[in-house]
Amino acid sequence: MDASATLAATAPHLGLALAVVLAWLLIGLLGLVAIRSFEFISKVLFPAGSIVSLCLAVVAFAALPAQPETAQLPLGLPGLPFHFRLDALSAYFLFVIGAAATGISLFASGYFRRGEGTPPGILCFEYHLFLASMALVVLADDAYCFMVMWESMALSSFFLVTANHRVAEIRRAGYLYLLVAHIGAIGILLCFGVLQANTGDYSFANMRAQQLGPFWASAGFLLALFGFGAKAGVVPLHVWLPEAHPAAPSPVSALMSGVMLKTAIYGLLRVSFDLLHAPLWWWGLILLALGLVTALFGVVYAAAQVDMKRLLAYSSIENIGLLLAGMGLAALFTAYGIRSVAALALTATLYHVASHAFFKALLFVGTGAVLHATAERSLGKLGGLLRFMPWVGWLSLVGVLASAGLPPLGGFVSEWLLLQSFLFTPDLPNSFLNMLIPAVAALIALIAALAGYTMVKFYGIIFLGQPREEKLAEAHDASALERAGMLWLAAGCLALGLLPVQFAGALSAITEQLTGVGLGATLAANAWLLVPMDVARASYGPVIFLVGVALCCLLAYVLVRRFYHGRLRRAPPWDCGFPFQTARMQDSAEGFGQPIRQIFEPFFRMERELPTASDTAPRYRVTLADHFWHWVYLPVARLVTRFAQAIAWLQQGRIAVYLLYSFVTLVAVLMLVRA
Amino acid sequence: MTFLGAISQLLAITAALLLAPLLMGWVNQWRAWMQNRSAPSLLQPYRMLHKLFHKESVVAEHATPLFRVVPYIVFGAMTLACGIVPTLSTELPLAPAADAIALVGLFALARVFISLAAMDIGTSFGTLGARREMLIGFLAEPALLMVLFTASLISTSTSLTTIVETLAHRELAIYPSLAFAGVAFTMVSLAENARVPVDNPTTHLELTMIHEALILEYSGRHLALIEWAASLKLFAYSCIGLALFFPWGVAEAQSPLALLLALPVLVIKLAIGGIVLALLETINAKMRIFRVPEFLATAFLLAVIGMLVRILLGG
Repeated sequence: MDASATLAATAPHLGLALAVVLAWLLIGLLGLVAIRSFEFISKVLFPAGSIVSLCLAVVAFAALPAQPETAQLPLGLPGLPFHFRLDALSAYFLFVIGAAATGISLFASGYFRRGEGTPPGILCFEYHLFLASMALVVLADDAYCFMVMWESMALSSFFLVTANHRVAEIRRAGYLYLLVAHIGAIGILLCFGVLQANTGDYSFANMRAQQLGPFWASAGFLLALFGFGAKAGVVPLHVWLPEAHPAAPSPVSALMSGVMLKTAIYGLLRVSFDLLHAPLWWWGLILLALGLVTALFGVVYAAAQVDMKRLLAYSSIENIGLLLAGMGLAALFTAYGIRSVAALALTATLYHVASHAFFKALLFVGTGAVLHATAERSLGKLGGLLRFMPWVGWLSLVGVLASAGLPPLGGFVSEWLLLQSFLFTPDLPNSFLNMLIPAVAALIALIAALAGYTMVKFYGIIFLGQPREEKLAEAHDASALERAGMLWLAAGCLALGLLPVQFAGALSAITEQLTGVGLGATLAANAWLLVPMDVARASYGPVIFLVGVALCCLLAYVLVRRFYHGRLRRAPPWDCGFPFQTARMQDSAEGFGQPIRQIFEPFFRMERELPTASDTAPRYRVTLADHFWHWVYLPVARLVTRFAQAIAWLQQGRIAVYLLYSFVTLVAVLMLVRA
Repeated sequence: MTFLGAISQLLAITAALLLAPLLMGWVNQWRAWMQNRSAPSLLQPYRMLHKLFHKESVVAEHATPLFRVVPYIVFGAMTLACGIVPTLSTELPLAPAADAIALVGLFALARVFISLAAMDIGTSFGTLGARREMLIGFLAEPALLMVLFTASLISTSTSLTTIVETLAHRELAIYPSLAFAGVAFTMVSLAENARVPVDNPTTHLELTMIHEALILEYSGRHLALIEWAASLKLFAYSCIGLALFFPWGVAEAQSPLALLLALPVLVIKLAIGGIVLALLETINAKMRIFRVPEFLATAFLLAVIGMLVRILLGG
């Protein structure tokens, strides 16, 4: 009691944040106690978790402009306490976790059903443990605490992914996820080993104080990039993402994609901008190149998918790529000392963290509602759901528009800021870079436009048109709690789109922490106009924009209604007079992917089976596979298998031989110790 | 917002609404003449709109509300676009709300909505059209942005009014970078406005349709709004082109006289632009849909070259 009182006095925000985490853990434990009482868990525990998340978002937002707060808790091993720190960067990611989890938990309370494979109480425990460990990852202030939380985040999410563990495919996806997560964790661990510079003190404060030479600093950065890249799904470490996201229950996919991937972005920002305080210019170039490759790869694959959750998973890869590119630009500008532009690029990156969290969570829970209503994940068996599930349909439209990067929603603001910061690259003193990088802005534009294509495909095939199966007509809309969760997330997308001045202004505390420049006043001409640096340079006012469009629409509507009769007749669709129309004649998901497969053919490993003219039973089949799976993963797997086979002869299966091994080892160790 | 600013904003939008169908009529007339056909009247588009507005609207049985809302959204978006582009004056109170990037976003918004509406009925041609429209969209959008970026590198601003003001007072008669950008912009405009060689606005062959396939299910007042919006889009693109490459004559000073003079100048420039468009459409043949990516990739590369010329040579 005494300790908590001092914590509340010295670090009020941090204390509250830790209390929230404790509340999550308590809710999880209550779930374990009431392991089979489904009603209690879904009607009480999950909504309570949602309210707790909202509290966390509020506390974290209040902590954004506040001074950093630190605390030590005597948890963990004796003599090795957990350090926690709440500064602007961690407060922001804490806010994103809380705000997104509010909507996702609300949705989850209506989502989980009986017979998901895992008892509801255990799901509830894993879910809240997952939330708590994500929050603690962001709050951790020493490598030990960070790694413990990072691992518990990976493990709790692994069990959530494999909730429906009776399906072999899901077990396989979970295994892949666990494997890549741990390979990544090794990278992070080694990175912290480099960063503490032989002092033996693994607190972040010590790492911040070390001055590493360029070689060790770069080694630390590259290890961090590998480790966090594996978690974020950076190409070529992305293979687990399109497997694990579709396998997990939808609220969990929403959490993983919307929130968990961001903890990796947080880690990368923390290491490269804070702990290593001065990024080198070529780190920025690597981040930028890797980010663009990841983004282009993600969006091209997303456009070719035929499974709705896989499509969203690839779209997450794309967004992670955009975040990485923004971060790379910020690192480049920081390295060259153009700190105000670095702050602008960083603002764009951070803004996208929040907007992606909201719209991707919204889309994932939307697919969850569709999945429950129709039991179909394949786009080829959906269609026309807007008529049967209007709530889910219309709310998903908001997410789709935000994801396509259209004004006036959240996705556009970050894209706009990012493109603006690209236009400052002629200021760079490196002539090679300032020639290359504006052309790269074109790639960002292409990625954004392809995202629009993908989203039209996603929405049009699921929600519009005619139902492709008869049973779809019986699809029911989401329950009240699910609607409330989606409504919250959609409101977030809208708010991020319409209030960029207020929100981007709040981010200046972070840019000040990481680049030394807060953009506060230079980001706004007035309460409604967002500007980078200077009004003459550019400005964007989403509210005026929205009011303008709405006024024009309204005026058109009123005038049309006023001056002309409003006669309307319902008739069968015309379709150029063709009388025999069935739902099968609509364009399919494969059809939508066809131009992409043709234009971006080298991106795919394609197997085609085309019918010949003389086939009695013609069959058309095309399968897409990932190049990286064949280029990287299968060779590594073969190598490991061969190595294992090579040392298999050590296992003779006779006790005498094994005793000999022990003896030889013992002698060798003794000699080593004596020497 | 000054009084004159409000006036010029209103004037710009009104002029766009009234002149856009006229521009369409003008292009159609010239195209007919160049192709040795007898031309429809200049006022034919207005008659068309009048007729459509008076007709009963027939909507498919299972159309969702989205289908009926989209014509208004598209029309509103295009009207706003015409209000942002400096057509008559650079004194536009709405202009700070959206710069060149937001304008591209606005066009994308309209494109996404009309594609979604085309998919709403679930007919074979509608979805086909939606897919093709989005295909052209994602190829054209980066090229358009690169063109706008080249201009904004010259004026160090993405605000369209600032770009026009800087370019109107330039030292060079012609920027080499803008010459590349100009060609790229023309190609993109042809694609975005569904003109030959990418699409044929007068086609009757369903399999080659793009824009017409999208709006196949619309009729009556909804179709009228969409047709009007299409002409507004052509108007907006023409005005962007004029603003970037021939910015002279747009009113800048706070004088009502310059504003009055800007209108005849704009009409003359548009008239010449319309003839060029008709000529381009006459001497080109429509290409196969899978040649379109090559066509637009060329536009994109030209725009990037323009940008590099600007950065490397400062021209």
